[in-house]
Amino acid sequence: MTTSIQGAASQRHKAAPAVLVLEDGRIFRGRAYGAVGVTFGEAVFSTGMTGYQETLTDPSYDRQIVVATAPQIGNTGWNDEDDESGRIWVSGYVVRDPARVPSNWRAKRSLDDELVAQGVVGISGIDTRALTRHLRERGSMRAGIFSGEGIATEPELVERVLAQPQMKGASLYEEVATKEAYVVPAIGEKKYTVAAVDLGIKGMTPHRMAERGIEVHVLPATASVEDLYAVEPDGVFFSNGPGDPAAADGPVALMTAVLERRTPLFGICFGNQILGRALGFGTYKLKYGHRGINQPVQDRTTGKVEVTAHNHGFAVDAPLDQVSETKFGRAEVSHVCLNDNVVEGLQLLDQPAFSVQYHPEAAAGPHDAAYLFDRFTSLMDTVLMEGQRA
Amino acid sequence: MPKRTDIQSVLVIGSGPIVIGQAAEFDYSGTQACRVLRAEGLRVILVNSNPATIMTDPEIADATYVEPITPEFVEKIIAKERPDALLPTLGGQTALNTAISLHEAGTLDKYGVELIGANVEAINKGEDRDLFKGVVEAVRQKIGHGESARSVICHSMDDVIKGVDTLGGYPVVVRPSFTMGGAGSGFAHDEEELRRIAGQGLTLSPTTEVLLEESILGWKEYELELMRDKNDNVVVVCSIENFDPMGVHTGDSITVAPAMTLTDREYQNLRDIGIAIIREVGVDTGGCNIQFAIDPVDGRVIVIEMNPRVSRSSALASKATGFPIAKIAAKLAVGYTLDEIPNDITRETPASFEPTLDYVVVKAPRFAFEKFPSADSTLTTTMKSVGEAMAIGRNFTEAFQKALRSLEKKGSQFTFVGEPGDKVQLLEEAVRPTDGRINTVMQAIRAGATQEEIFDYTKIDPWFVDQLFLIKEIADELAAADKLDPELLAEAKRHGFSDQQIGEIRGLREDVVREVRHALGIRPIYKTVDTCAAEFAAETPYFYSSYDEENEVAPREKPAVIILGSGPNRIGQGIEFDYSCVHASFALSDAGYETVMVNCNPETVSTDYDTSDRLYFEPLTLEDVLEIVHAEQQAGPIAGVIVQLGGQTPLGLAQALKDNGVPIVGTPPEAIHAAEDRGAFGRVLAEAGLPAPKHGTATTFVGAKAIADEIGYPVLVRPSYVLGGRGMEIVYDETRLESYIAESTEISPTRPVLVDRFLDDAIEIDVDALYDGQELYLGGVMEHIEEAGIHSGDSACALPPITLGGFDIKRLRASTEAIAKGVGVRGLINIQFAMAGDILYVLEANPRASRTVPFTSKATAVPLAKAAARISLGATVAELRAEGLLPAHGDGGELPFDAPISVKEAVMPWSRFRDIHGRGVDTVLGPEMRSTGEVMGIDSVFGTAYAKSQAGAYGPLPTKGRAFISVANRDKRSMIFPARELVAHGFELLATSGTAEVLKRNGINATIVRKQSEGTGPNGEKTIVQLIHDGDVDLIVNTPYGTGGRLDGYEIRTAAVARSVPCLTTVQALAAAVQGIDALNHGDVGVRSLQEHAEHLTAARD
Repeated sequence: MTTSIQGAASQRHKAAPAVLVLEDGRIFRGRAYGAVGVTFGEAVFSTGMTGYQETLTDPSYDRQIVVATAPQIGNTGWNDEDDESGRIWVSGYVVRDPARVPSNWRAKRSLDDELVAQGVVGISGIDTRALTRHLRERGSMRAGIFSGEGIATEPELVERVLAQPQMKGASLYEEVATKEAYVVPAIGEKKYTVAAVDLGIKGMTPHRMAERGIEVHVLPATASVEDLYAVEPDGVFFSNGPGDPAAADGPVALMTAVLERRTPLFGICFGNQILGRALGFGTYKLKYGHRGINQPVQDRTTGKVEVTAHNHGFAVDAPLDQVSETKFGRAEVSHVCLNDNVVEGLQLLDQPAFSVQYHPEAAAGPHDAAYLFDRFTSLMDTVLMEGQRA
Repeated sequence: MPKRTDIQSVLVIGSGPIVIGQAAEFDYSGTQACRVLRAEGLRVILVNSNPATIMTDPEIADATYVEPITPEFVEKIIAKERPDALLPTLGGQTALNTAISLHEAGTLDKYGVELIGANVEAINKGEDRDLFKGVVEAVRQKIGHGESARSVICHSMDDVIKGVDTLGGYPVVVRPSFTMGGAGSGFAHDEEELRRIAGQGLTLSPTTEVLLEESILGWKEYELELMRDKNDNVVVVCSIENFDPMGVHTGDSITVAPAMTLTDREYQNLRDIGIAIIREVGVDTGGCNIQFAIDPVDGRVIVIEMNPRVSRSSALASKATGFPIAKIAAKLAVGYTLDEIPNDITRETPASFEPTLDYVVVKAPRFAFEKFPSADSTLTTTMKSVGEAMAIGRNFTEAFQKALRSLEKKGSQFTFVGEPGDKVQLLEEAVRPTDGRINTVMQAIRAGATQEEIFDYTKIDPWFVDQLFLIKEIADELAAADKLDPELLAEAKRHGFSDQQIGEIRGLREDVVREVRHALGIRPIYKTVDTCAAEFAAETPYFYSSYDEENEVAPREKPAVIILGSGPNRIGQGIEFDYSCVHASFALSDAGYETVMVNCNPETVSTDYDTSDRLYFEPLTLEDVLEIVHAEQQAGPIAGVIVQLGGQTPLGLAQALKDNGVPIVGTPPEAIHAAEDRGAFGRVLAEAGLPAPKHGTATTFVGAKAIADEIGYPVLVRPSYVLGGRGMEIVYDETRLESYIAESTEISPTRPVLVDRFLDDAIEIDVDALYDGQELYLGGVMEHIEEAGIHSGDSACALPPITLGGFDIKRLRASTEAIAKGVGVRGLINIQFAMAGDILYVLEANPRASRTVPFTSKATAVPLAKAAARISLGATVAELRAEGLLPAHGDGGELPFDAPISVKEAVMPWSRFRDIHGRGVDTVLGPEMRSTGEVMGIDSVFGTAYAKSQAGAYGPLPTKGRAFISVANRDKRSMIFPARELVAHGFELLATSGTAEVLKRNGINATIVRKQSEGTGPNGEKTIVQLIHDGDVDLIVNTPYGTGGRLDGYEIRTAAVARSVPCLTTVQALAAAVQGIDALNHGDVGVRSLQEHAEHLTAARD
């Protein structure tokens, strides 16, 4: 097994200097990682110790500079199987100690090479923990990474960062969603058809449904009600995605139409926020978000705790301890994060619709919440049986 | 859901003496558990025979039984205390096996005791290899992943030989069932090896069962630590990756947390399998550890084994993550769920999460092969290390190099000077895993090996291999640079290079490098272990150093005392020193100081983040300690640094710390020198008019011979500047003296050999005392069972002394006071005396906490280490008496007439070691210490206390049966009386012809048996060794014949170890054993808690 040793031992090469600049003026100096150049985005930290390939290709990270709190990154290289979408979406990547040699039997190339190939600007060798603590205390904020010819004086760099748009109010789902509809066929015998509205969907999500006999029609974010029902869905799914849910009126209107027809509905992440807004709840931006794969979420219907993958900067503002009346009947908070009591799931009590704020499809992350896909299937079972009875 | 209300009292079983594979980590776990249970309002009853533990401190449990952990004794405790529940998962394999025995004997049912933390079915499913294979198969059916290595279960040698074919041939792995630390397992490459290993395995296994399985040598190895609550919530606390690939016991491997070379898919696959296994096994409340092997070629996953209990790895995982597994296991056992338990570190978030790390943890094992020169040093699936060090860094290289220097062993750090040697030869050497293989690998890299070559020879993962190359490249840059510029120096520090290493590469002194570094402003900062990668604010100051940007040490106002711990456990410096450090921390905290602990041993109570106000998990080198002192000086006032409680490790730093302006409290470095330097100590003795045995130093045989001729044989010889009696030997004649000096590698013109008169037939006495500059408090006087010449750490001893009178104590007190005063002690001192004839000789004095402090403290119910810490900071004995920390009057030299007798017995690791031919190593005691741990027996009379100590250490003394006696000529006279006693107790005596003849002439009948050298008799008469192997002998007395011609004895003693037959190697031990047998045969042996003993003692003192 020598395939993982690519290029073998080279003398230590020193990458070009790079600078990470936060909008509040804090500056970290390190070395360029991946592509050399300039990039901007919202600086957020992710605490997962595994799964950088999934994280980098998760469309929800669009326009974000991701800080890996795990210090050794790139150890398993880059393979051809673990991408969650067709490309790397993060706008920048911040790591402490990048691997020089990848080691994994599936690795095809190094992470560094992949970042360069996709033109993703990164920085290494900075105190990522100090940066994380800063973001925790001050909140996620705009940032820029500058290397090579992009480096200028500090005031100039801060000014350039401040000139960038804020994440709050940003509408980004259209830029990451598929332009063309496509079908993910059921694995094994087909039981149901689901129309999945792509707001930044991860590859694992339709796969998890397909495993359960669902044929998934992934539709562009701009799909109309007619487009959606043209596939004759047994259920409708709203995916995760980037940006501020308050700037997603299109998807909210589309979901409202689905709710009116009482089609079984499941939403994940952005989809949860869309459901919240469709039910009349507000959404708000968290100080520094939840990004990681170790978050304890309690399923309030069973009392059980699941360890879950999170990637959300916004959350739904719904009352935790009471059932709310909405225009679609009674609704309640079904899941809550035990770390900070943030709403992690909603469900309607009078019609077949539910959503979660976190990622039951995992990738990266634990599989504890995979049962939610079964819950979606059983919603469709129930509706089917009721239909047959009627 | 709150805790269960139907349990009011719980019995916790500890793990007994420290042995290889079961060490201080169970004191850490057990102490945490007992505290938690008490805090929950439960009455905690504890049994543990090991006095050197914090858990057996009277304040940790409500009733503390320092009694043997055998089903018989534990039943007595149950009958007396009637606990509602028994928690068996925190005392290692010992506790688990004892609990299973009690269950199978019906004892638990009889007394209505519920097993909590793990049920019997789950324990069996996890521990029994066949059942566990069924578990793995069931998991594979359910989730489609995970499998066992192909294997066959064998109950006989025939099964074993046939089994090889079904697995596709050699090599195969042999694993005996129900043994701890992998005892008895190994790789067999051919039939001869197989017969040997499997034969031993069948014997070691209590169920005469071994598992034979396909070889997965060279695969990647991982461990997961999981916890599950009664609501079926499961969390994975930590993943651990072994640096050494499969084939080396995980306890002997360098290990890394978190796993470094898994993608998320592969990690989640392991996690899914792990969770499915804990469910299938049915561990309802508590923790377990699961080991996996992964084929580096295609990722095939094999589940190796699981431990349905708290383990060494869980202790490591707790320290590595800040997630206290044992504490939480105890809470789960009494009914809490994970989401109801807060995370101690953040205090805001619950325990139902999975820790995430923003640092890298490396654990490195510490071995003691130098103590067992004939033992095979190849690392196998049987654990051989005696301790470990852990280090934390912000990257692998930093953590790794810190871990290597934490081992505090010559040559453990990488060296980059000198000729590395021949590449091919080094690579071939690196194939065999050994202590220090990593250094061989580094030399191979220096000699030009490529990354591919290193992988091909060692199967160490390519990512780790590249990290070694990274370290080597930086060393090259350091060597090649014109000057030490700030960027290069910072880079080297960032990858864990010590000032000493940099100095070596640059040809500079370590302190010069440090000066340059400080001048350039390159200093470490300290980061917090917070369980959550900084997502939430941490409330617990648990620090590690890194060369990074932001420092997290907060300012403080109270004066701080920095306590230096004892580093990795090793023979001669173990848990006893941690005990003293922990006590100091508690006492000084009570006295109003802020306590700061520095240590790098993950097994210990001292490195629990709960023990001190601040914890620095750091190597105990001068550089690392100086930086911590600096950081704490920046944070607030420092009252001082304590160096006298952690053994030789901190003591060795004392002078250098002082020279660097660090305030040392307690006994000053100059006084330490006065006790340690032979010349200076000789002057102290001369001034006090105290005799020492005649001695001299020499650098050649001629010189040594002259000294020996003058003082007379036997002489005690040893190299200078060694610890723990390393290389020490009693030499009976000139021939051996010549060969000793020829063989010794440690003797040179600058390192002379010390030749002392050996006091034959002397009684050795150990004294622990406190001295405040004015007043002496005699902590305790211990009389050794074995004669002088056997290392005090390996000798059994009794307190109060059983044959010394008031006059002797008076002399000891006067001598101790004279030495304490002469040396200048402020705190603890330990002195070893030898009483030969009527003369009291001083053998040596150690101005520090000794190995016996915990034993003395428990035997006399006085916390000596706490008092020592207070005296170090200026309190006087009189003040401490007034305060109540010391008794108002009297001391350990004048215990009440009916004070209980405490016996300490040493526990030896013989069964762990084999020579390269697979034979056991000899078990004879000598002046070099080789025991790993100790037990204490306490009762009203010596015989019973001794019998308890034997039961705790090796298993109960036989009360009838066949005793074999074979003694050296010089012991024949003293053997007669105890032999007669054995006959009186109904023993049948067996003896070799010479011994039988002496017995016969004294009117004692003994059956003559054949020596091993005589072979089997004409009528098939078995030799003594065969008889032992066949289980026909119940007690063995075999004293060695000097140094030569002891092959027969060697065969006898190793057979005794293999069959676990009690084997006494001194006549003094025989005499004590006879008293013990007498006590056992004279009615019921009772149990009494330390609290009851203390009450009794206190009442008698008043």
